[in-house]
Amino acid sequence: MDFLNALVALANFVLIPATAYGAQLALGALGVTLIYGILRFSNFAHGDTMAFGTMVVILVTWWLQSLGISLGPLPTALLALPVGIAVTGLLLIGTDKVVYRFYRQQKAKPIIYVIASLGVMFVMNGIVRFIIGVDDQRFADGERFIISARDFREMTGLDEGLAFRTSQGLTIVVAIIAVALLFWFLNRTRTGKSMRAFSDNEDLALLSGINPERVVLITWLIVAALATTAGVLYGLDKSFKPFTYFQLLLPIFASAIVGGLGNPLGAILGGFVIAYSEVAVTYAFRKVVGYLLPESLEPEGLLQLLSTDYKFAVSFGILLIVLLFRPTGIMKGKSV
Amino acid sequence: MSGGSGYEDRGNNDRSVTGTPVDHMGDPVPAGGHAERVEGADAFLIGEAMTGGYGGGADILHDCTIAVNPGEIAVIVGPNGAGKSTAMKAVFGMLNLRKGRVVLDGEDITHLTPQARVQKGMGFVPQTSNIFTSMTVQENLEMGAFTRRDDFRETMEQVYDLFPILREKRDQAAGELSGGQRQQVAVGRALMTKPKVLMLDEPTAGVSPIVMDELFDRIIEVSRTGIPILMVEQNARQALEIADRGYVLVQGANAHTGTGKDLLADPDVRQSFLGG
Repeated sequence: MDFLNALVALANFVLIPATAYGAQLALGALGVTLIYGILRFSNFAHGDTMAFGTMVVILVTWWLQSLGISLGPLPTALLALPVGIAVTGLLLIGTDKVVYRFYRQQKAKPIIYVIASLGVMFVMNGIVRFIIGVDDQRFADGERFIISARDFREMTGLDEGLAFRTSQGLTIVVAIIAVALLFWFLNRTRTGKSMRAFSDNEDLALLSGINPERVVLITWLIVAALATTAGVLYGLDKSFKPFTYFQLLLPIFASAIVGGLGNPLGAILGGFVIAYSEVAVTYAFRKVVGYLLPESLEPEGLLQLLSTDYKFAVSFGILLIVLLFRPTGIMKGKSV
Repeated sequence: MSGGSGYEDRGNNDRSVTGTPVDHMGDPVPAGGHAERVEGADAFLIGEAMTGGYGGGADILHDCTIAVNPGEIAVIVGPNGAGKSTAMKAVFGMLNLRKGRVVLDGEDITHLTPQARVQKGMGFVPQTSNIFTSMTVQENLEMGAFTRRDDFRETMEQVYDLFPILREKRDQAAGELSGGQRQQVAVGRALMTKPKVLMLDEPTAGVSPIVMDELFDRIIEVSRTGIPILMVEQNARQALEIADRGYVLVQGANAHTGTGKDLLADPDVRQSFLGG
């Protein structure tokens, strides 16, 4: 029984939250990796793209709520998501026309794109804070739990409760659907294959008659969809705060690089590696160990390796280790 | 993210493909040897009296003429730095011609971009990075047919008939194949557009002699389907043996022209270039 309790505690505090967080990181990292594969630069504005998309979704959600429209047990934000994706898509394409296309015509070095994206990041950052403010915004509604801790205890008779929140379940389901759609698109459709061809060998793609501007346009649209979805799922799971989204850039980059830049499967793997490590290293294992060991051996400390304040240090620790021993990432990607 | 060499391993590193000027490709030299003019504008594909170089750089080609007719294999050979590949790229529109013209099937295409020439029916196989390594063999062929909106399955079957090993490995990543097989993928990709003329830049570079013989056999088979083939070759003797038409270039100009057999028999060519 104690063993089961330990297992439930572990699932409740580590496995479920880390899986949801990993799915959010994976979606974010997929966007970063797509831009790296096709446009060949590391997009620093990605975190703020997520923030922008989420902001649009929040505003539309509030509007829908004011009209009394809801999705019942599911969050209303799901209804607003397509609008958010569309508006973010327009913003990204606009940015490309105003900023990045100029550098493409100049055949600028990747580092110049990176710095330009840094500028774009500050602009988007400003737009979001100007429109919605810097404070925390909650926009989750509908049923809060799929399984609440108390229901679980009553159901199983265990001491330890297990809560499975709607936002966590939703994150996992939506992430699976998004990833399946993306891979179907990249591997099965003519346009998707032409994107992979462009990423693989640009010159040969040009010789084959693939139109680079079209590939770039579609890439931005997909990135808008991935970034907005990732941002909304994160916001539903935790809360929306522009600064947090800016900070999310760090674990997302770590995920993309750890998995192998330019490799979509790697981005997903990297997202989960980073999420599990972050959560596991900063979780206090005292409770889990307490169930497993006899009372006399019960630990006195918290058994927490690092305070949660240092969670970003974990991503970067892993990033350093992977880059030292496998510079192209776990799955084979491009080296930075 | 320091913009180091990691960013530059993309594409086939052939700067002329995308038209970036190359600063320095060699010095202009007076035309050497004794060029003979081949027949004029009646050839199917002809690059006539081409003079030019990369970007704004010095001239590399000097009054150079290359032509090929259906059912023929034309081979460009010559010592290192003679401008063999450059001559072929000139025909394909990858460098600026200051003089001369390129005519395909009676149409003057001198001012078209390489991409537009592909649309006009020229198939080009670059020397390096000529396949999509991360994609399967079949996807490589599909990308070759990217501009075609009609059903290209029949063409794909023909390519598979021509290169049976590709049918066997159709679902394997092209980057995992051997050198000879990669070249077959590259040629197959170019054939997918149903080109009117096929141009190969050193198709046997870096493959073993046995594979080279096999590749030449395949190229002869492609030629039997009626497609004119223009080819640059490092392995001059073997290439001239299968050539209906041979061009020996020296310092960017026609030095000797004739059928492959004639050139092989020409004491001048043998002595100066084939090593006796």
